[in-house]
Amino acid sequence: MEFQSISQLKLLLDDNKISVKEIAQTYIKKIKEKKDLNIFIYFNEDKIYDQVKLIEKISNDNSLKGIPIAVKDLFCTKNMPTTAGSKILENFNPTYESFVTQKLINQGSMFVGKTNLDEFAMGSATNTSYFGDTINPLSNEGSPLAPGGSSGGSAAAVAADLCLGATGTDTGGSIRQPASFCGVVGIKPTYGICSRWGIVAFASSLDQAGIFSKNVTDASILLKEMAGHDLRDSTSSNVKIPNFSENLNIDLKGKKIGIPKEYTIDGISDEINEVWEQAIKSLEQKGAIIEHISLPHTKYALPTYYIIAPAEASSNLARYDGVKYGHRAENAKSLDDMYELTRSEGFGKEVKRRILIGTYVLSAGYYDAYYLKAQKVRKLIADDFVKAFKECDLILTPTAPSAAFPLNEKQDDPIKMYLNDVFTVPASLAGIPGISIPYGKDKNGLPLGIQLLSKHFNEQEIFNAAFALEKDYE
Amino acid sequence: MSNLIKGKHHDWETVIGLEIHAQVKSNSKLFSSSSTTFGSNPNSQVSLVDAAMPGMLPVINKYCIEQAVKTGVGLNAKINKYSIFDRKNYFYADLPQGYQISQYKYPIIGEGKVTIDFKDGSSKEIRIVRLHLEQDAGKSLHDQNPTKTYVDLNRSGVALMEIVSEPDLRNADEAGLYISKIRSILMYLDTCDGNMQEGSLRADVNISVRKPGDEYGTRCEIKNLNSIKFIKQAINYEVKRQIEVLEDGGSIEQNTLLFNTSTGKTKPMRSKEEAHDYRYFPDPDLLPLEIDQEEIDNIKKLIPELPDERKKRYVDEYNLSNYDASVLTSDKAISDYFDSVIKSDFSLKASSKIVVNWITSELFSILNENNLEIINSPIKPKDLGKLVKLINEDIISGKIAKEVLIEMFNTTSDPQIIIDKKGLKQVTNTDEIEAFVDEVIEENKKMVEQYLSGKDKLLGFFVGQSMKKSKGKANPQILNEIIKKKLSKKN
Repeated sequence: MEFQSISQLKLLLDDNKISVKEIAQTYIKKIKEKKDLNIFIYFNEDKIYDQVKLIEKISNDNSLKGIPIAVKDLFCTKNMPTTAGSKILENFNPTYESFVTQKLINQGSMFVGKTNLDEFAMGSATNTSYFGDTINPLSNEGSPLAPGGSSGGSAAAVAADLCLGATGTDTGGSIRQPASFCGVVGIKPTYGICSRWGIVAFASSLDQAGIFSKNVTDASILLKEMAGHDLRDSTSSNVKIPNFSENLNIDLKGKKIGIPKEYTIDGISDEINEVWEQAIKSLEQKGAIIEHISLPHTKYALPTYYIIAPAEASSNLARYDGVKYGHRAENAKSLDDMYELTRSEGFGKEVKRRILIGTYVLSAGYYDAYYLKAQKVRKLIADDFVKAFKECDLILTPTAPSAAFPLNEKQDDPIKMYLNDVFTVPASLAGIPGISIPYGKDKNGLPLGIQLLSKHFNEQEIFNAAFALEKDYE
Repeated sequence: MSNLIKGKHHDWETVIGLEIHAQVKSNSKLFSSSSTTFGSNPNSQVSLVDAAMPGMLPVINKYCIEQAVKTGVGLNAKINKYSIFDRKNYFYADLPQGYQISQYKYPIIGEGKVTIDFKDGSSKEIRIVRLHLEQDAGKSLHDQNPTKTYVDLNRSGVALMEIVSEPDLRNADEAGLYISKIRSILMYLDTCDGNMQEGSLRADVNISVRKPGDEYGTRCEIKNLNSIKFIKQAINYEVKRQIEVLEDGGSIEQNTLLFNTSTGKTKPMRSKEEAHDYRYFPDPDLLPLEIDQEEIDNIKKLIPELPDERKKRYVDEYNLSNYDASVLTSDKAISDYFDSVIKSDFSLKASSKIVVNWITSELFSILNENNLEIINSPIKPKDLGKLVKLINEDIISGKIAKEVLIEMFNTTSDPQIIIDKKGLKQVTNTDEIEAFVDEVIEENKKMVEQYLSGKDKLLGFFVGQSMKKSKGKANPQILNEIIKKKLSKKN
């Protein structure tokens, strides 16, 4: 049994054609069948049935009643452990529920499990997790592909039909790139629209919660429920959240779509550029006006990101010291010894690499040359978008420089891995919203994604254009 | 120049700057809603934020910001409308986040100044560089178990104001006066409880010595001193140490020192190799702090009369000396008591100096003996005022007044009632006094002869004996005059 959308499942539930328990049974079965893909870090049938009992009692007016949702294991959850994909939090059971997951619970959604991710969300292939690699459900037997990352588990969960929506976080592309790799919809909304309270921090000024779904409408339903102002997060925005799904408007007449010339880069396959071309043509046919624009500081985005994100991470991850919770090394001879052993044992290679980079760029004598300069460049990149959105309503680009790559590729070449974020990082630095929707396939039949960006808090227009483009493949 | 220290070859000048850490008086912490009550059970006042649980975020406590701005106004300092909270990164067991949230490049308060007053009536202005807000760390308890260290996070996240002075202080006494002054300003403002024993106010002292006129010497920093006495001791020891090192041909190594209160010596806290690189950077969890003029103006309206204004009032209106006024105003509770005494009867204004003396000598000694603070004095200001008035009006002598004060302390009654009840009213009737004197002269003829033959000192004897006969109630001036008159007649 496969359900195509939230509204379809909701209708069946409202008409008593399916019960919450039957929904649970259906998805539990699917998850068990796909166990080999290693999508979930935590999956426990009993915990799902516990929820069923509660959900059965609530009114059908709750917009997400009984909707199966997978949760990236970076969101702290009260009833399931939270690991951030790291040994250092292997047995960590939060006593609190993150803002985002609480909001989803409040609407009656059913959490099917906690999904795998790159350790502390650092990676682009879900292959840095302490709990093993996740396999892209679209892989052919014997040649496993990466689901992208860091929210690879969540993207894969939606792609494998193990849920109807999955939470993700996006710091430099961690929702949009895996969405592209797995052929699902993934939106990173405006920075500040979803509270970060209760999300294990990677890079505070960039981290933003978002959602994966099978289609644009579901993404718009889910985002509305996840977003909102939170006094416990000083960077949370106090804006009214529109009813995105009710407002969905397919009419793009007169909308100006910006095509940034800097996103045509060497080494990108023709297939990617062709898909981009097709999407441009489609938008034009739908009445949109194409504007060729420039985002001149784009080429500095990756190096800027790889200074700011590790800098913040090096400080954010200092709390994992073995003193209060999480892994603590045994047999340490002194406090310093305890720190060294705990963190050496508890963190993986990529996390260590980024902590080292971050520590370096913040250290005395290097701060001005790296961190401070990166902050200045970040401002220039943000200004590029501000200027661009005076000329256009939306910007259309490819999501990722390639389709899903084999799982073991790029393992030992961090720079190559970092290049995955080339199209997604600029929007992260600017804090603007971006969506990736599947749009066409490469010669191997693997999905390719295109990305739509807009100015702050303009998710509605993104959904509208994505909704229109989505029709091309229905 | 009294500030110079005589050396082997030339004089030395001491240069001192202070960093005062004052705990903000607030019911909750700087970035969380946990309580700040002192002395609670370990780890009973710790929120998820204070314990740095994953995904927890700091939220600025607005009240602490107001308290800092209030303090800035009290220190005659510039209020910065834009300031930034930074992370100061270092590892320690009682620092749960692995960083302390502090303010580095953009503090909430900029340059200010305070005045310190000396006994000789002169004053000196001490410049303040800045005041910034920061979180306190928790506490490591090393003495609970031979092999373990325990951590108490109750203090973790409590708001501190760090007040940094320019190196304008030149000796231990000035440093003592400066910290007293800051403490009194904070207490007047009610932005810090000033309790040094509980650690609400502590100081790091930066010290160097130089040949007068030279550039500043290399400084050492003595950390975490929590009493004015220790601050002075530490400075005096360290100055002597530095001069000795330099005079023996050595050089001072910049270092962080700890003061051992039992040996009275300073010793290095950590070596140079262990020096921290704190990797300060703006905390991305917090937006820059912006304060508008209206908020500042509203806070200014809350500022009470401060020590310097009060001191000026005492000098201008009550004719007190600058030094007396500064001593009196240095402790708000004492100064408040004094104000209440004068307010109870404005005619006492003319006797301000006498009121001050009665408070600082007699009242203090009786309170000290009974271990009481002036706030809890059983003798109410208006009654002390009445007592002074009774002295002024020659109803009782000063000596009798001291007895009355003790009775006031014990019974909390009105001095007039005590005097009436005990018949302590002064005798000013010359006839009565003459009778006492006559008796004494009659009983001590030999002494009278000796006095008349030139032993002037015996006058005191006659005064004492006559006073005794009056049971201390005779008016001393009248008594004196009568004795002199009577004895001279004998001649």
